[in-house]
Amino acid sequence: MTSPVTTPASAPVSVPAAAPAPTTSPRTARKSARRRELGAAGALMTPFFILLVTVFLIPVVTAVWLSFFSDDQPGLGFGPERTVFVGLRSYTAVLTDPTFLSGLGTVVLYCVIYIPLMVVGALALALLLDSGVVRLRSWAQLGLFLPHAVPGIIAAVIWLYLYTPGLSPVVDLLGKADITVNFLGVHTVVPSIVNIALWSNLGYNMVVFYAALQAVPREVIEASVVDGAGPVRTALQIKTPLVRSSVVMVAMFTLIFALQLFTEPMLLSQSTPMISSRFSPSMYIYDAAFTRNNYGLAAAASVVLLVCTIALSYGVTRWTNRSDAAEEDAR
Amino acid sequence: MSATAPARTAAVLRPRLLGRSVVNLVVGISVLYTLLPVLWLVLAASKDRDALFGSDVLSLDHFSFAQNLRDLFAMDGGLYTRWYGNSLLYAVLGAGLGALISIACGYAFDKYRFAHKEKLFGLVLAAVMVPQTVLALPLYLMASGTGLVNTFWSVFIPVLFNPFGVYLGRIFSQGYVPNEVLEAARVDGAGELTTYVRVALRMLGPGLVTVFLFQLTAIWNNFFLPMVMLSDQDLYPVSLGLYTWNSAATVSPEYYPVVIMGSLLAVLPLILAFALLQRFWKSGLTAGAVK
Repeated sequence: MTSPVTTPASAPVSVPAAAPAPTTSPRTARKSARRRELGAAGALMTPFFILLVTVFLIPVVTAVWLSFFSDDQPGLGFGPERTVFVGLRSYTAVLTDPTFLSGLGTVVLYCVIYIPLMVVGALALALLLDSGVVRLRSWAQLGLFLPHAVPGIIAAVIWLYLYTPGLSPVVDLLGKADITVNFLGVHTVVPSIVNIALWSNLGYNMVVFYAALQAVPREVIEASVVDGAGPVRTALQIKTPLVRSSVVMVAMFTLIFALQLFTEPMLLSQSTPMISSRFSPSMYIYDAAFTRNNYGLAAAASVVLLVCTIALSYGVTRWTNRSDAAEEDAR
Repeated sequence: MSATAPARTAAVLRPRLLGRSVVNLVVGISVLYTLLPVLWLVLAASKDRDALFGSDVLSLDHFSFAQNLRDLFAMDGGLYTRWYGNSLLYAVLGAGLGALISIACGYAFDKYRFAHKEKLFGLVLAAVMVPQTVLALPLYLMASGTGLVNTFWSVFIPVLFNPFGVYLGRIFSQGYVPNEVLEAARVDGAGELTTYVRVALRMLGPGLVTVFLFQLTAIWNNFFLPMVMLSDQDLYPVSLGLYTWNSAATVSPEYYPVVIMGSLLAVLPLILAFALLQRFWKSGLTAGAVK
């Protein structure tokens, strides 16, 4: 990775050349100004690009490289380990491993429940808050936003305790009404994790949507009212299309983070046998790398996860671009 | 006309009484949904173990806030204080330095022309998408190769990397730093970097705070990387520490009140940061959202 920006970090800082000497021609002055600018750009960008190379590019390349190699133990475990090229063997192993596939399935199920709930819920709340009839609006916003300040692991701790019979007032209350719910059962464990993520991020995304709604020009809304649209129609048919780009952005980020599902199930796995150590792809990677010490397998699983993430994000962008174009045509 | 229009719009837009109470009801229930678990945490932190297991957090008996606090700081030889300090160090120092690095880079992307600029920016955006778990194993191998594994640096260096901060930095630079100001500084003979530090960085202040807050939250939440890198409990951040105590609690229940109290205290710094810096991050969200 030889980028043109990382090279000339030595140029600038020497400054007060005062007014340019009258002898230098304008062209050389312009040239040296250009060089100074490049130097400054280099100096400002170098720290970030050093990080980009060391903690991003090299690791990604290493992950891909590792996925094609394997440490072969020589017979009886004596002698040095040899790293040998194994081609796609690790990929075959990952993609035929039922625990990995079920992990992928779990994450797909999680995304299918979580992302629509999150986007629709946050947008609905933002539209309601923007409608102007909510009392104590800024207090409501603050209350909704509060869980964002609660670290993911602590959100998981809180909800784990709220799911645990004997500890939880919720289970207790439901029990008094003769309802028994096992929040960490076979069919409830994924919805329970969705609930934790929803609780953590709903308010944050609501604030993002609300900020976008505030930027909608008032004249547009007035025009729709003059045309006789009611508040519900104004919200759904005028305001919502105008904050499309925020909706796409929130959906994208929610998707990217949802695919990395790790913290919540990791914590819950301490208390329920329903969550195995390979519950999600990220947990599978952790388990393969640090419990089974099978780096090739872990790397192959990482690359598969990475490819899925990129493909899905690309799909979302393409799909929204296409429907954008369709909308343009319709006009 | 223009003066009466907004008033009339408001009058027409205002739904009937029924609609209005439904809206307030929905918002009210949502607020209860987000607030009650936090309230439970506060109440549970102030109860002793008997009350906790009796699901009896609402009564006023069994109040033992101070005792729980003392237990927390005494547990395992005061390990919690250590974790808290580590978290503050990772998060405040990491977010401060990381925000400066990202903002400088975003500013350069906005203000300077150079070869392959948009390709490089595309690389930065691509980095936002790549899952942490994908990078963890190679980072671990690199850290063990250089002897940095299980040290402060193995957690601190990777968290400095914040590509989304560069994206925000570019947007903020477009919005807050007019090119005319830079031209004026150039005419005055100021060097490029001097101009950045003395003029541009001051205008980028709110953006800097926004990126700082985003990164502070991310690092304070960070769990996967420390779990991979650290084996020495003295280097743990709060998140990882509470995780290990919670797993201990499944065997020895005396850890439960400590985990709950520890969780409550671990929530405070971010609430404080968000409250104090409110007007900055709100503008930051707008910039990120509208684009």
